Amino acid sequence: MNNQLLLGAEAIALGAIDAGISGVYAYPGTPSTEITEYIQRSNDAQAQRIRSKWSVNEKTAYEAALGMSYAGRRSLVCMKHVGLNVAADAFINSAITGVNGGLVVVVADDPSMHSSQNEQDSRVYGKFAFLPVIEPSNQQEAYNAVHYAFELSERVHLPVMLRITTRLSHSRAIVVQDTVRLQNELHPEVDKNKWVLLPANARLNYARLLDMQKQLVSFSEASPFTRRIDGEGSFAVVAFGIAFNYVMEILQTNGLNIPVLKISQYPLPEKLIKEFFDAYDTILIAEEGYPVYEELLRGYFDNKKIAGRLDGTLPRIGELSPNSIAAALGIPSPEIRPIPDIVANRPPELCKGCGHRDVFEALNRALEGYEYKHVFADIGCYTLGALPPFNSVNSCVDMGASVTMAKGAADAGLHPAIAVIGDSTFTHSGITGLLDAVNDESSVTIIISDNSTTAMTGGQDSGGTDRLFTICKGVGVEEHHIRTIVPLKKNFENNVAVLKEEFDYQGVSVILACRECIQVVGRKKKQKKA
Amino acid sequence: MNNNIILAGVGGQGILTIAAIIDLAAMKSGLKVKQAEVHGMSQRGGAVESHVRISDREIYSDLIPLGEADLILSVEPMESLRYLPFLSRDGIIVTSTEPFENISNYPNLDEIKRTINRVAKSIFVDAGTLARDVGNVKTYNIVMLGAASPYIGIAKERLEEGIETLFQRKGKELVDINVKAFRKGLETAGT
Repeated sequence: MNNQLLLGAEAIALGAIDAGISGVYAYPGTPSTEITEYIQRSNDAQAQRIRSKWSVNEKTAYEAALGMSYAGRRSLVCMKHVGLNVAADAFINSAITGVNGGLVVVVADDPSMHSSQNEQDSRVYGKFAFLPVIEPSNQQEAYNAVHYAFELSERVHLPVMLRITTRLSHSRAIVVQDTVRLQNELHPEVDKNKWVLLPANARLNYARLLDMQKQLVSFSEASPFTRRIDGEGSFAVVAFGIAFNYVMEILQTNGLNIPVLKISQYPLPEKLIKEFFDAYDTILIAEEGYPVYEELLRGYFDNKKIAGRLDGTLPRIGELSPNSIAAALGIPSPEIRPIPDIVANRPPELCKGCGHRDVFEALNRALEGYEYKHVFADIGCYTLGALPPFNSVNSCVDMGASVTMAKGAADAGLHPAIAVIGDSTFTHSGITGLLDAVNDESSVTIIISDNSTTAMTGGQDSGGTDRLFTICKGVGVEEHHIRTIVPLKKNFENNVAVLKEEFDYQGVSVILACRECIQVVGRKKKQKKA
Repeated sequence: MNNNIILAGVGGQGILTIAAIIDLAAMKSGLKVKQAEVHGMSQRGGAVESHVRISDREIYSDLIPLGEADLILSVEPMESLRYLPFLSRDGIIVTSTEPFENISNYPNLDEIKRTINRVAKSIFVDAGTLARDVGNVKTYNIVMLGAASPYIGIAKERLEEGIETLFQRKGKELVDINVKAFRKGLETAGT
């Protein structure tokens, strides 16, 4: 069929369309965003009425995907690694219920934290939930793995995780399309015992999940994504997922003949690994992310045959690279020319003309004269308010944390206690925190810097656009302490005055600082012209 | 055939368009291709890079190993130096001469040019002027692609076809002016 040049993320999206999904659910998050965007743009997906609008957060996305599966249809749910923390409750328990229609969860990890707060490894979650995990190493495998994952999901009646990393998600290669499957008909599950997780049912389901592990291992033993590269000598490599690429790159370039076993499916294929281990004296374990399986294979008594991230053969943190693998294989590093000292950094910055800039300028002025100048921020473009020239914000932890951290700090006596949060982050995870503040009558000022989009990931729809006032009022914030300002130079003095008034109010106030993202404005103008 | 190219610039300068054209041309030439992009936070006024690898054998790594890039094609002079550790001993830098100054400590431009000349075989292209000559300053990146085209390892006809394919839906006028920009770059680079 068709040869196409696709990002890893797009290969997954195409795979899902071809595997007969009826819906995709996701909240934007780098490096997973492009999966859903591809489906949203796809003519085929539209013709097949595949549901693809953005969800408000990863938990709502996961639960909706589970509901679609309950109804008998196939669903895809996508998120970045930290998004799985948000969806974890649903994820873990969906392993206890199991699924009806196929459910595949794609989690995109970000080792080296190119655009994230940590480099957690989602394979740990897969293991924690006792679910199968597929870890493709290239774009074609990613496409094929989606087909395979849906088949596996419907065969074992469990969700299946597809774990990718930034490098695969954001790299293009030629992908050949496979056959296209029809969507499932509506056929809702009738087995109540399976879906009602009362303790009596949950205990039985959990025992069944554990009993199934042997079967899942046997699927891994026969995985179509395993590769054996023959070689000579007593030293060998076990490479997981994308690490295989770097290992093969170095073997190819240096003409090395080292045996390699590539593993792309979990739970670990025990027999395969054991046979391979028994055949060699020393084994390098190459895995992207945490040393999850290195730790397991070393065991508590530390198998000395093994080299990897835990003994310093490979770096313990950060993304692997061809060069880190070369060093681990004892290949002297090439003579390279260092970056000349003259090269200056270009730190990321807020766009010229961005409304967040005006918010921070007004905020800095309004805070003059206060003993404490602590501002809790959140995850989005405005996190850059922590850097010069603004130096306005003091925290960025997780989605929604600004609201609740400000509340906790206010409870401790900090005044003013200020949060800065974007509109999309607020609807993702800020509303519940605001309700806590209202119920506790905490003295907080919540600034919602509302640019009517999810800007940092490229301008996706935001869940509460044009409804933030109503939402805050509905949560119980007093109407006259929900103030709307327009963050523009000409409004500077007025905006400072509004901020100061609300800092001094002993109760919950919300400032809606509303101005559309200039990137989105620019794009709309362009579209109009075209 | 095996060629590793680093594309360098600042977010918004159009290096992903260059990458897309090379990708299309490589596919048309029956070659394998891998092209890693930088998305997300690094786009906002920051340095952007793309690793493009084309080969007639299986390409494993999405990233070019250090010391193995045959070409650094940069649409901004200082950015060409940021990826120097990737350049192979015989590798070449093809860079535009027009600085993108969005930082207060942008170094002296002559100093940058001298450094580039000292550290590697290099070609400088006044892409801004050439693009204006062609009649559309937005063809800046395509002028650079033209100037670097002798070092990409793909026939220039295939690259021009890539330009046509990419700009087709935007109309014939844009296809023509970009092809013109490509040729202008190629002819100026003197090969």
